[in-house]
Amino acid sequence: MKITEEEVRYVSDLANLKLTEEEVRKFQADLDEILVHVDRLKEIDTSNVEPMAQVLYQAEETATLRPDRERPGLGSKLALANAPLSGSGYFKVPEVIKR
Amino acid sequence: MDIPSLTIDQVRDGLRTRQFSSVELTSAALKFAREENPKTNAYLTFAEDRALEAAKSVDEKLARGEDPGPLAGVPVAVKDVIVTKGLRTTCGSRLLANFIPPYDATAIQRLEAAGGVILGKTNCDEFAMGSSNENSAFGPVRNPHALDRVPGGSSGGSAAAVAQGTAVVALGSDTGGSIRQPASFCGVVGVTPTYGRVSRYGLTAFASSLDHIGPLGRSVRDAALLLRVIAGRDPLDSTSAEAPVPDYLAHLNGDVKGLKLGLPREYLKDLTSETGNLIAGAVEKLKELGCEVRDISLPATDYAIDCYYVIATAEASSNLARYDGVRYTFRSSFSGTLSDMYRNTRGEGFGAECKRRIMLGTYVLSSGYYDAYYLKAQKVRALIARDFTKAFSEVDAIVAPVSPFPAFKIGEKIDDPMAMYLSDIYTITGDLAGIPCMSVPCGTTAEGLPVGMQILTRHFDETRMFRLADAFERAGGANG
Repeated sequence: MKITEEEVRYVSDLANLKLTEEEVRKFQADLDEILVHVDRLKEIDTSNVEPMAQVLYQAEETATLRPDRERPGLGSKLALANAPLSGSGYFKVPEVIKR
Repeated sequence: MDIPSLTIDQVRDGLRTRQFSSVELTSAALKFAREENPKTNAYLTFAEDRALEAAKSVDEKLARGEDPGPLAGVPVAVKDVIVTKGLRTTCGSRLLANFIPPYDATAIQRLEAAGGVILGKTNCDEFAMGSSNENSAFGPVRNPHALDRVPGGSSGGSAAAVAQGTAVVALGSDTGGSIRQPASFCGVVGVTPTYGRVSRYGLTAFASSLDHIGPLGRSVRDAALLLRVIAGRDPLDSTSAEAPVPDYLAHLNGDVKGLKLGLPREYLKDLTSETGNLIAGAVEKLKELGCEVRDISLPATDYAIDCYYVIATAEASSNLARYDGVRYTFRSSFSGTLSDMYRNTRGEGFGAECKRRIMLGTYVLSSGYYDAYYLKAQKVRALIARDFTKAFSEVDAIVAPVSPFPAFKIGEKIDDPMAMYLSDIYTITGDLAGIPCMSVPCGTTAEGLPVGMQILTRHFDETRMFRLADAFERAGGANG
């Protein structure tokens, strides 16, 4: 077994993702099956292989840089428009620290 | 005008010869799409006002004798993971059911500047995670060729709309096969361009090193034209490439004599017999057209699915962290503390597949597992890319199946995530390497289910890919 229910609960805490007990049981089984499959990666020899983090092709080193020019942002009214709760130009969230 | 079979050329000719105005065409297309949509659930939102306004502007330009643009008046459907200013963009998620984006994606700006008319936004798997469109919070899409079957995913709504005729062309997105697999299942053309060819600005992020926007159409010509319009460097996406965008249509001359094609043996192993026969038939057709087909090997293919599900979920777990109840419309009513707000918003908002991938991605990135999973997968990714580089030193293009099987029944694989992931076994390699690849129809099974052939070429060599696909299509492709 690659992953236990306890580990599933630990990972869900890391991800800030509330799971029901039923989901914990289901994901333990699903993730276990996937991780067993993924374990095949160990079979392939990758010594002397550089990890590939992104797609690269021939280009100037500065090809992806744009001029550092000022340009207008969204503005707070538009940026806040989809917030579930906002006020005075800010996002509002539950109280974090008691005064 | 016959709405469901319209081509971009027919729209252009119809407008030029005053057979119809852009407003007339748009009204008729919207009416048809609204009537037909209940059969498939392909559209989630119709953009009546925006479409008619765009059409009016095309008519005004025509009246003034101005060039209305290469996509003038063309009815387009847009996958609902691509943001549209002022037009609801849900990503197929309950979390974003009421999200109204404050800006347009670059691809949207370009397609509207070219005269394209956006009819609406199409259904998809939640945050583009899925291979069947069953992971949408707004119900599955049904395949127009067999309503009890999936259209493929995650761009299932876009593929279904084009197949059904409720749009002439559509935009989709592809991270592991999400354009090509539904194109194959729905019998349309679907293109995943070179990584960096089309700006990702405004494409809701799933796995940033793998995400692409690409076109779907009923012909190679239409898909190629739409790509030309949306492609090219964009300062707002630092991974978009500076490479010049050729006039693809000028290269669709049918001449593929002497083209060297590779048929990778690793892609032929687990096909259903009908898919195998249709691919074999397509290869024969390509030989008749004068191509030289040889057996090649891409040995790292066998590990691609494992490599992909580590990298894609790791990136997704980071990208989806932003849906926390602060900025994006949905917040759980159980948000007494900050921590409760995060946990309950995400627990209530995300569907099962997103949760599964967030969990897997968080696990593989967590302390103690990073080297064994994420770093290892990035090295295997380099080997997969190297296989292609080596193959392209011997052949001009690679041909392969898109999916091992045709469209499956709704509900058939939804409880078995690993079986679902294996739908993408032959499409994820192209995304991992970042090379252009596409699906072009190559026939139907005895039951009438479409099957697609995949064509893959070198980075930025969409031109050759389109020329081969177009020659195949002209030679009868699916029916020849």
